[in-house]
Amino acid sequence: MKALQNLFDSIKPNFEKGGKWEKFYTLYEGHRTIVFAPDLTTKAKGAQIKDATDLKRVMITVVIAMIPALLFGILNIGHQHFLATGEEVGFMDKALFGAMSVLPILIVSYAVGLLTEFTFCVIRNHPISEGYLVSGMLIALVMPPYIPLWQVALATIFAVVIGKEVFGGTGMNILNVAMTARAFLYFAYPAQISGDQVWTYLGEKTAVDGFSGATALAVAYNAGVEGTPAVEALNTHNSAFGGDFSFMNMFLGWIPGSIGETSTLMALVGAVILIATGVASWKIIVGGFSGAFAMGLLMNALAVNEYMAMPAHYHLVMGGLAFGVVFMATDPVSAAQTEAGKWIYGILIGVLTVIIRVTNPAYPEGIMLAVLFMNVMAPLIDYYVVKANKTRRLQRATV
Amino acid sequence: MSKIVKLRKGFDLKLVGKAPLELSNLAGAQTFAIKPTDFPGIQRPKVLVNEGDTVKAGTPILIDKAMDQVIYAAPVSGEIIEVKRGEKRKLLEIKILADSAISHENFGKIDLNQPAEAIASKLAASGVWPNIIQRPYGVVANPADTPKAIYVSGFDTHPLAPDYGFALQGEEKYFQAGIDALAKLTPGKVHLNLDGSKSAPAVFSGVKNAQINQFSGPHPAGNVGVQIHHLDPINKGDLVWTVNPYGVVQIGKAVLEGVYDASKTIALTGSELTKTGYVKTYVGANVSSYVKGNLNSGHVRVISGNVLTGEKINLDGYLGFYHNQITVIPEGDYEEFLGWLKPSTSKLSFHKAIGMLSFLHKGEFKVDTNTHGEERPFVVSGVFEKVLPMDILPTYLFKAIHAEDFDEMEELGLYEIIEEDVALCEFVDPSKNELQELVRHGIELLMYS
Repeated sequence: MKALQNLFDSIKPNFEKGGKWEKFYTLYEGHRTIVFAPDLTTKAKGAQIKDATDLKRVMITVVIAMIPALLFGILNIGHQHFLATGEEVGFMDKALFGAMSVLPILIVSYAVGLLTEFTFCVIRNHPISEGYLVSGMLIALVMPPYIPLWQVALATIFAVVIGKEVFGGTGMNILNVAMTARAFLYFAYPAQISGDQVWTYLGEKTAVDGFSGATALAVAYNAGVEGTPAVEALNTHNSAFGGDFSFMNMFLGWIPGSIGETSTLMALVGAVILIATGVASWKIIVGGFSGAFAMGLLMNALAVNEYMAMPAHYHLVMGGLAFGVVFMATDPVSAAQTEAGKWIYGILIGVLTVIIRVTNPAYPEGIMLAVLFMNVMAPLIDYYVVKANKTRRLQRATV
Repeated sequence: MSKIVKLRKGFDLKLVGKAPLELSNLAGAQTFAIKPTDFPGIQRPKVLVNEGDTVKAGTPILIDKAMDQVIYAAPVSGEIIEVKRGEKRKLLEIKILADSAISHENFGKIDLNQPAEAIASKLAASGVWPNIIQRPYGVVANPADTPKAIYVSGFDTHPLAPDYGFALQGEEKYFQAGIDALAKLTPGKVHLNLDGSKSAPAVFSGVKNAQINQFSGPHPAGNVGVQIHHLDPINKGDLVWTVNPYGVVQIGKAVLEGVYDASKTIALTGSELTKTGYVKTYVGANVSSYVKGNLNSGHVRVISGNVLTGEKINLDGYLGFYHNQITVIPEGDYEEFLGWLKPSTSKLSFHKAIGMLSFLHKGEFKVDTNTHGEERPFVVSGVFEKVLPMDILPTYLFKAIHAEDFDEMEELGLYEIIEEDVALCEFVDPSKNELQELVRHGIELLMYS
């Protein structure tokens, strides 16, 4: 350790005022503080001791909570591939294939995102913040496996610059960075991120006859259009190949979709980590799921087609709802920040997701737009919660 | 009507180095100092003595020209040895070398049957007045004001704080006299707020002329600001006073004896002191005789006050006017390899983020002054709310102060808090912001503009 400290010390003069790389001091500091927690002490006045938790630890907690989803995603990409090509292979082959398609996306997301972040830190001379640790992982997990890497890079740059840095960096953004990246691709390159062809990575091969690459949401939507019961349509989909959309398959995540979003179980594992460590708000997570479930029930009651009649609990395991509610909606910066606001924010995300799914033919998945919309609305929710606090104080004064 | 309030929000910091309830036999301090910087409301301090002058305990040595009826008196008799100034001639310390036997200025006993104004002006001229703090703003009260009520917190929940029952034992008579004097100064009530989880110590048990309220819960249940919030919150235009029990005793002594007796029993605490305990000394004592030769290690920080709201002083620095304890902990100026990632049960943390296993730790924590991370914008939400047991939205208040938005600061409740109330927020903040400094900045904006 001493040697590493000495190495940092020896290059330090170059980054200090007057040194040849003075402009890059923030990069030096950023890297040193990752290797060594800094030797800063508290000021002469004020709290003389500080909590041992810092933002780096909070952020790494979120990254760790996403790892089950990432690992399952890798396995599932391989599983879906061999399902489509009709090959019977073992666990290792699936995992290896999945890793070959997922890791490049992850690497591009982190490399491009961090480079963009570093560039901004150097230009604006502010410290490197740890926010991108989480965003980098999230961006990769919400991409379809088929996505061209240059699109990942472009979306990442767009999200970091327009989603975050123009507002002042970590802690200042209005929209969730990863959702901004996905929305950018969704509207800029819809062919690569929607439809039936992108969710199963085929590579050079072709799918077996009769195989459909549609997602569960698309199948359910079509069931509504065609008038077949949604559950039956889901259960019989690809059932000849063992790829049916039974409730259990969807809950476990053996379905096509974005890399990290398919498994409700893995999202729940992440939710347990986030809630147990106190990093994410359980109010938003519980609110999100219950909002979606309640809206599903309401849809059942008002059902005019088969999709609306689909049992409400199916909504919780289809598409990216679980992943979005657990990892996206809980981003503390873009979510509501008051405790009452978090309930409203979470519930409305669930409600909106189901409304968009069931009633809007253009967007089969609603969670992305629901989260982004509620990101924009969160300050408004907070505004009224804060106003209620002020009013209580004001009323007290006149009593 | 006395009130019983149970608080749930907050956080008790259990640290190594609690003072056992016994008087230590360490040699007493020789020099004492009054530091104008201890009084945040002082605007134009003026020294009334020169180096070489001799003073008695109670001799005025400093006034604020903006409120000159209040005197700041010498805590001991002796010789003025230094008037220390800093940059731009800012007044830092007025040091006194104490006589071996303390003699007092005698201004006569105070008759409590006089009108309130007369009592107030007597107290203001006696040296005990700076113990009376005005809320809002947390500055020395103006004797010309009439407070809505006066609040005394009878227990201190700060880390390693002195036990008032022990430190003030035998002062029952003076404490009661102090309460009687305060009761004359307000048309409202004097509130004495006691720890609801324990039986009241002797000094508070028989107190009359005050409303006794009970508070229980984790720190900051003992903070007078939190208590006021639950009894009768401060609104715009309200004015209340607060006094620490040490101050009440001093006021009582001025009333009954007609002298400024600045003696107090303070706690010596912290993991780096070989011998912790209590010592009898005076306001503004030099700490070197308690610290030098009593240290477990060489690289320490001496804090006047507690670890949450105290102030760093030198090994031969002076106790702050409002401080009743000295805490000595290790300095934390070291780098730690992957310190932000390493799991640990021995590091004190309010949070349970990955690897922060302090909730598994049994017993007390040894803490140092390392910040454990760098300053960042606010990211995590909902944390401050968990340690501030008041109907206040701290994050929004802090942002309003950052933005210097006066209306928002008022509406969000800046009148109700001072630095000590947000000290826990500052401690738990993963973004490491200087929130106490921020709150004082906000208060100064409201006060002076």
